[in-house]
Amino acid sequence: MTDTRLAADTRPWRDAQARPFISIRGLSKRFGDFTAVDTVDLDIYRGELFCLLGASGCGKSTLLRMLAGFEKPSEGTVTIDGQDMSSVPPHRRPTNMMFQSYALFPHMTVERNVAYGLLREGMRKADAMERVAEMLKLVKLGHLARRKPDQLSGGQRQRVALARALIKQPKLLLLDEPLGALDKKLREETQFELIRIQETLGVTFIVVTHDQDEAMTLSTRIGVMSEGEIVQIGEPREIYETPATRHVADFIGSVNLIEGRVDVAAGDQMRIDTREAGPVLVSPRAGLSRGQTVWIALRPERIALSRSKPEGTANLHRVTVEDMGYMGYLSSYRIRLPSGRLLRASQSNRLRDEDPISWDEEVWASWQPMACRVLTE
Amino acid sequence: MRRGWTLPILAALGFIFLYAPIVSLIVFSFNESRLVTVWAGFSTRWYVALFTDRQILGAAWVSLKIAFASATLATVLGTLAALVLARFGRFRGRLLLTGMATAPLVMPEVITGLSLLLLFISMELTFGWPAGRGLLTVIIAHTTFCLAFVAVIAGSRLRDMDESLEEAAQDLGAGPVRVFFDITLPVIAPALVAGWLLAFTLSLDDLVIASFVSGPGASTLPMVIFSKVRLGVSPDVNALATIIIVIVALSIATAGVILTRRARRGTRGG
Repeated sequence: MTDTRLAADTRPWRDAQARPFISIRGLSKRFGDFTAVDTVDLDIYRGELFCLLGASGCGKSTLLRMLAGFEKPSEGTVTIDGQDMSSVPPHRRPTNMMFQSYALFPHMTVERNVAYGLLREGMRKADAMERVAEMLKLVKLGHLARRKPDQLSGGQRQRVALARALIKQPKLLLLDEPLGALDKKLREETQFELIRIQETLGVTFIVVTHDQDEAMTLSTRIGVMSEGEIVQIGEPREIYETPATRHVADFIGSVNLIEGRVDVAAGDQMRIDTREAGPVLVSPRAGLSRGQTVWIALRPERIALSRSKPEGTANLHRVTVEDMGYMGYLSSYRIRLPSGRLLRASQSNRLRDEDPISWDEEVWASWQPMACRVLTE
Repeated sequence: MRRGWTLPILAALGFIFLYAPIVSLIVFSFNESRLVTVWAGFSTRWYVALFTDRQILGAAWVSLKIAFASATLATVLGTLAALVLARFGRFRGRLLLTGMATAPLVMPEVITGLSLLLLFISMELTFGWPAGRGLLTVIIAHTTFCLAFVAVIAGSRLRDMDESLEEAAQDLGAGPVRVFFDITLPVIAPALVAGWLLAFTLSLDDLVIASFVSGPGASTLPMVIFSKVRLGVSPDVNALATIIIVIVALSIATAGVILTRRARRGTRGG
C-alpha cells in the first residue's frame, strides 16, 4: 500500500487523475516550408526534470523557445499552471531560461548578472543582493561575486547562468544543452549538482539535450524527438528497455536490429523467423499477426558469450569473434553469426584475472527470449 | 619562395609610396624658408603664423562645431538604422532601407553634394526652411553621409553580438526598451565610439560636399585651405595639414584600438 502511494506521489504521470503543470497541445512551428515542430502534445508535471532528447535539428530547441516565448507557435497552445501563454511576451512569462551559450552579460559582474532579474522586478537593491548572495552560495560561487564573466572558467560560467536563471524562482526552468560546453568529467559532476539544486528548490526543469547519457542520468522522464515530432515519452528505463521504434532503439544506447517475420504468435513465447539468425524466441507482444514483418531489438549487453555450451538457453549460436575492444569496465565484441551477420555484444569485466574471450575465437553466444524487444516500425 | 629580402623590400616600397608625401609635408612644415620646396633650417614660425591667422582659426572652429554635431547626429541615426536592419527581421522596404542607408558610401561626393544642394534650395522655396545655407545645411549634409559609415560599423557589431544576451535580459523581465539600454547599448558601445570618431574625421576632412551646401560665414577649414592653395602654397598650410594629420591619425588609432580590444574581449567573454 505504502509502496504504490509513494510511486504515485513521485511519479504523477502514472496517475491518470494527476493534473499536468504544463500542457502542450497540438503545438507546431513552421519556418516557411520547413516544419521544425510538428503537432506536439505533451504534459509535464510539477517538480519533474523532463528531458527533450534528440539529434541536432530535430526541433527540440525550437520547442523550448516556444515555451520561453521567443518563438511564436504556428499552431497549438501552451498552458503553464492553468494559464494560457499565447499572448504573454517572454518578459512576463513565469519561466526562465538557461541558454546554451550561457548569455552572461559581459559588462556586468557575476553579482549584477544574477541580480538582474530581481532588479527588473523592482526589488530593492539591498534585498536583491542578499538573495543573490544566498543563490551564489547554493551554486558555490560566493567568492567570485565581483568577477566579470570573461574572468571565469567554463564550469563557473555555467553555474552563474544557472544562478541567474533560478534567482526569480521561476515555476519552470528551461535549460538548453546546459552541460553541452563542459568537458566530460565536469559534465558528470555537474549532472548530479543540477539534480541536487533541482530537488532543493523544487522547480520544474525542462532540459534540452542531444546527449543520451545526460538524459538518462538527469531525467524523471524523457521525450525523444525526431524530425519535429515526439516519437516516445517515458521514464529512462522504459525508453531503454521498451523503445517504441527502431529509431528510438538505435538512438538510445547501442542495439542490434534483426529483421524477421512473426511465425508462431501463441503461448508464453513467440517465434520470429529471421534470415540472419534463424528462428528467434522472444517474449510475446500483443497486436502482432502471423507473417507480419518485425524487427528484433537486442542490446549488446544482453548477449552472453561463453566458451562452454550453456544449458537450457533458447537462442544459442556458435559465433566467431571478429573484433574486440577492451574499455576497462567492459569489453565490447563484434561477433559473426553463421549467416555472416555481425552483432555487437558486450561483457562486463567483473573479474580481474580472467582470461578474456579474444579475437578469432569460436564461442557460444546466447540470449534470453525476454531480452528481445519486438518492434513494428 | 624562400624567405629573403624580397618581401621586406616590397613592403618598404609600399610604405614609401603611401607615406612619403605625408612625411615630406610634415618635414617642410618645420621649414624656415618661405619657399615650400627649399629647406632652410628648422623653425616653428609657420605654426606661430597659423595660430595668429584669424581666418584659419575661425574656419577651424566652424569645422569642429560641424564635425561634432554631425558625428553625434550620425551616430544616433546610424545606430537606429543598424538596429532596425539587424534586429527587426524581414519587413516591407527592408531592402530599400539597406540601400539608402549605405548609398552614400559608394555615391560620388559631387553627386551627394549637388543633390543635397538642390534639396535644400527646393525645401527653402517650398516651406522656407532651412533659410539660406550655412552651418545647419553643412551639418545636415555631413550627417547624411557619415550616417552610412556608422550604420555599417554598428551593424557589424550587432550581427557579431550573441542575440541570446538580449533574449536572456528579456527572459529575466526586461521589456524591449530596457533591453536596449541595459544590454545592447553597453555591448555595442565601443563600436559606436569608433563610429563617432570616424564620422568626426570624415566631416572634418570633407571639402566637396561642404563646398556645395555651405553658405556665407560658414566656410569650413578644408574650404579655406583650398582657396588659399589656389593662390599658391604657403608654408603655414603645411603646418595646418600636419596638425590635421595628427588629429585624424590619433582618432583613427583610438577607434582601431577600441574596436580590436573589444573584439578580443568579446570572443573571450563568450
